[in-house]
Amino acid sequence: MKNNWLNRAARRLLLALAALLLPLLPALAQQTAAAGPEMADTMRQDGKIYVVVGVILIVLVGLLAYLFSIDRKVGRLEREVRD
Amino acid sequence: MKNAWWKVLTVVLLVYTVVMGLLGPVPRLAILNETIRNLYFHVPMWFGMTIIFTASLVNSIRYLLRPSYRLDVLAYESARTGVVMGLLGLATGSLWARYTWGTWWTPDPRLNGAAVAMLIYCAYLVLRSSIADEQQSARIGAVYNIFAFCAAIPLLFILPRLTDSLHPGAGGNPGFNYYDQAKFMRPVFYPAVFAWTLLGVWITEVTVRLALVKQKLYEKQLA
Repeated sequence: MKNNWLNRAARRLLLALAALLLPLLPALAQQTAAAGPEMADTMRQDGKIYVVVGVILIVLVGLLAYLFSIDRKVGRLEREVRD
Repeated sequence: MKNAWWKVLTVVLLVYTVVMGLLGPVPRLAILNETIRNLYFHVPMWFGMTIIFTASLVNSIRYLLRPSYRLDVLAYESARTGVVMGLLGLATGSLWARYTWGTWWTPDPRLNGAAVAMLIYCAYLVLRSSIADEQQSARIGAVYNIFAFCAAIPLLFILPRLTDSLHPGAGGNPGFNYYDQAKFMRPVFYPAVFAWTLLGVWITEVTVRLALVKQKLYEKQLA
């Protein structure tokens, strides 16, 4: 039962992450070069700052998802203790 | 996860802070350059820490007026989150100082004051968890917590303003003058302060609930 719940939580977490990150993919893929062989331009502009934004967002979303899952686990413990 | 709307708000505001904080408009200043964006990440740590320490103080006073395990836990866990935020503030400030002032640390009244304030609060955490008797630890902890707050506030906000300092907000001026020249930073700065504070509250809420559940389990085992 415990495993089951963990699996469900992990699946939800993955789904949430996918829902957040997948819409970004086509945006990244569509950037074609106007001149020269340099490609994927948006992510390479302005000193590649968008890469940094992406990395920080991933870290932030990951940490928040972790906090969220801890929150839910505590909630489950609370319910268990109450019964 | 009932009443989780404010947690959703936290996530939304934090994502907004990161995206706008890194990509939004900032003034072009010498030496600071792009590091002015640290304003959205370094300063909110101290705002959040102060707000959470205030919550801790209020709960300690409430404990002394009407003792209960819940209030003791609220005060202690708030202070713990506050210390984490303060240490992150020190670390980010140190890194920022390295590349703008040219040194990791300088014997500056604001820097040293913040460090001493952190030590005072660390002493609270040690004191509260080193007394075995629950009621005694809670009482002594609450009294010390009030002292810690009274000592930390002048160290953080009053003494540094009485002298000259490299850090903005010294020499008698409120700390805000520094970015008064960039009013367009405010739509990011205030939500950032709110967002990071909410994150601290969220972490505190979870740790408090965990401590209370632990206590309940312990009581059940005794019964």
